[in-house]
Amino acid sequence: MTSVEVNDLSKNFTLRQGLRRTTLKAVDRVSFDLVPGRTVALVGESGSGKSTIARMLARLEKPTSGDIKVTLDDRTPVRRSMYRRHVQMVFQDPFASLNPFHSIEHHIARPLLIHHRTSGRKQTHERVLQMLERVNLTPCEAIAARRPHELSGGQRQRVAIARALAPGAQVLIADEPVSMLDVSIRLEVLNLMARLQREDNLAVLYITHDLATARHFSDEILVMYRGRIVERGPADDVILNPQHPYSKLLALAAPDPERVGKLTSSAAVDHMDLDNSVTYDHYTATWSSASDPREPAATR
Amino acid sequence: MPNLPPGTEPSIGDSPELLATENAELGVEPRSAWRSLLPTLTPPLATGLSLTGLIVLFGILGPFFVQDPTVIRDIGLTGPSAAHILGTTQTGQDVFAQLAYATRGSLQIGLLVGVLATILSAFFGIFGAYAGGFVDEGFSLFSNVILVIPGLPLVIVISGFVPQAQRGLWTIAIVLAITGWAASSRVLRAQTMSIRDRDYVAAARVAGERSFRVIRVEILPNLLPVLASQFIFAIIFAILAESGLSFLGLGSAKSLTLGQMLFYAQNGFALQLRALWWFLPPGLIIALFGCGLSLINFSIDEIINPRLQNARLYRKRRKLAERNAS
Amino acid sequence: MDTSAPRDASSSTEQKAVLTVTDLSVVYEVEQPVAAVKNVSFALARNEILGLAGESGCGKTTLAYAINRLHTPPARISSGDVVFHDKDGGDIDLLGLGDEQLRMFRWSKLSMVFQGAMNALNPVISIRDQLEDVLITHRPDMSKRDRRAQAGRVLELVGVDRSRLSSYAHQLSGGMRQRVMIAMALLLEPQVMIMDEPTTALDVVVQRDILREILRLRDEFNFSVIFITHDLPLLLEISDRIAIMLDGEIVELAAGKDIHRSPQHRYTKKLLRAFPSLTGERGDFIRTGVSDDLTETK
Repeated sequence: MTSVEVNDLSKNFTLRQGLRRTTLKAVDRVSFDLVPGRTVALVGESGSGKSTIARMLARLEKPTSGDIKVTLDDRTPVRRSMYRRHVQMVFQDPFASLNPFHSIEHHIARPLLIHHRTSGRKQTHERVLQMLERVNLTPCEAIAARRPHELSGGQRQRVAIARALAPGAQVLIADEPVSMLDVSIRLEVLNLMARLQREDNLAVLYITHDLATARHFSDEILVMYRGRIVERGPADDVILNPQHPYSKLLALAAPDPERVGKLTSSAAVDHMDLDNSVTYDHYTATWSSASDPREPAATR
Repeated sequence: MPNLPPGTEPSIGDSPELLATENAELGVEPRSAWRSLLPTLTPPLATGLSLTGLIVLFGILGPFFVQDPTVIRDIGLTGPSAAHILGTTQTGQDVFAQLAYATRGSLQIGLLVGVLATILSAFFGIFGAYAGGFVDEGFSLFSNVILVIPGLPLVIVISGFVPQAQRGLWTIAIVLAITGWAASSRVLRAQTMSIRDRDYVAAARVAGERSFRVIRVEILPNLLPVLASQFIFAIIFAILAESGLSFLGLGSAKSLTLGQMLFYAQNGFALQLRALWWFLPPGLIIALFGCGLSLINFSIDEIINPRLQNARLYRKRRKLAERNAS
Repeated sequence: MDTSAPRDASSSTEQKAVLTVTDLSVVYEVEQPVAAVKNVSFALARNEILGLAGESGCGKTTLAYAINRLHTPPARISSGDVVFHDKDGGDIDLLGLGDEQLRMFRWSKLSMVFQGAMNALNPVISIRDQLEDVLITHRPDMSKRDRRAQAGRVLELVGVDRSRLSSYAHQLSGGMRQRVMIAMALLLEPQVMIMDEPTTALDVVVQRDILREILRLRDEFNFSVIFITHDLPLLLEISDRIAIMLDGEIVELAAGKDIHRSPQHRYTKKLLRAFPSLTGERGDFIRTGVSDDLTETK
């Protein structure tokens, strides 16, 4: 079992406009934990920084500051070279995350071989078929021989999940895994991920902009706005009793058929004025200032 | 391989999934990866391959079966006859023999320049784009500068600089290669940058692949069609540019090429003397070879942009459906 | 196929339909012809928002294109009628219009906001030029000053500042570009607007703002909307009636609240279950392996 501890993670990007340079703080001092058996949802709009966090956890980007500690059950840290064996990622776009040139077998066999999960063609092939069966992609032999463009979006995403679990990963980063899938397929894929989590006791980070699935799919929700976490707490608490103005805005904005007619009754909120420097923590029921999380800000 | 960004709901014209489902229904076997890198044999491709194939064969094997092209005879300018299939030049040299050797010479230059230019453009384009950062900026700036310099005048100047006696095939080839790689490198750079940022390259890195394997296994297969296309362009460019150079008298003095034949024909007033058999064949070979190569390139375009292939297949199937319906 | 006779849920005083589609079928003429739209019939009332829900491949976009006669080969309308009931009186048979009449009809009586509309703006000409282009084409006798005024007016209507007229497409955010597309569709004050996934690529907060604008504009200008999307909860909030499409057919057509409270067709039920309620039940999501929630707290 592997846990991940993210401390004060930040990422700055330098934007160039002609000769001027500005610094964009894509992620600003974010901290959270991923523990086996729990799903943490990272909710926010595009530009909030959640994808950047995913890329940093997948080691596709280097953090500007802060650290990511990956530890085994007995608190021993995981070596850098073994990082990718423990932490894996499922990408958002099922159409782009598989190389159109290679067969499905190749996509799953490569991680198996790189991380020495199997050796030799026969063993690898058998394990590939096993993994395909695990993600409900049958008939396995036929699917293994096909290439990505011969599969539907939902099937491709299952292949992506199988690929992520192939190295024996214990921590799964799912970056909007179902937002590009058909509506009725989303359910299947999310339930599949839930089953795999139960079976393998995975720690899952579920990144999404969809509050509804975040609530029903995860134990804890972190709401991100402009690079900072503005609210955190158990899923039900954050959704049903949001404290931060931005969380309230998100909850209001999500389509809710129970609320027919209220669309035009609520005035448009100018969300340029929202303050992302304060965070509400449902666990401790306190507000804190983002500049110094140890110092609680004045309660609202 | 598709370099199309995943977009909105695809129309039936550009839906590979729809095509795949159709193929499955029709019982068409899915192709293996390498096979699908090759273009489908359509009439234009068949024509292109035949033209280039025949000319290449002529260039390779021709010189073994013809007379000595350099023998000067007393007969002067004569038309096609039994002894000389394509007649003779002003100095009594056999045109057909010259044609065979000239084709070989031009092909040699074409191939040489093609390879050299492609290596240069691949280095500056692909490597620069994958490395990113200052390397990319530097290489890009360099290619743009070379691109902006007017090609033909530069070639003429460099060519004229080298004394005639030393102007061999290799000199010409190198001169053409260093002036002709820049445009291609821009294309390769753009393509590499587009592929480099794709999710599947990132996914390969996350899965744990090393950099060189990522380039070799993930990026290169998707670059091959563009690379092949640029290679063919380079050959066409080389042959035409060399012909131009030779026509101006700046070509390689040591070996005979199609351009050289045209140069001598021009000097010998072939046009005025109505000696079609002298200047028409070399010109025709240049044109046909260029045409053949371009046809091959169009077929490669289909691989680079699968939408073209889908569009062609739907046209074909619709025609078939109409014919079946009537 | 079950098309329950459309119950008139519209509360507007004008009950007459503005668009009637009868038995429309569209076929893709490929080697094995594919029926993309099968015998679809519905009537769009004046001032009504009709939601068209379905997943990719169900034919909703093909239907929208066919109504507009925007479909291209290999798509072909194999049967059916589309009749537009002009408010100035008279019925127009859309499928029988000649090219010139069709051109005059399009945009002035019925306009469309396309899927991926954010990328449908011309990147090299300014917003003002694009808006004025529409006016030049359809109202050639309008003076330049009037055109400019109308372009500015319609932009302000959708909530974009008039000063943005001189901007180019890439200088606007996604939400703003979408508003410009809606403005363009509004220019000639059509009676029907077809919107194909207008807010799909936008953030949920921006989406909410755009929907608010659309409702407000509908109230002000009295046009009908056919709103095509896969987001059923969204439709449940804003539509008067909703049509559910599956495999080219309309499997259920009823008022929004009826679809929500008592869905009839099993596909409608399946679609509803795929959207867990934000504040209510979890639907078919089984995260912890049991249907009751046993969330642990820290």
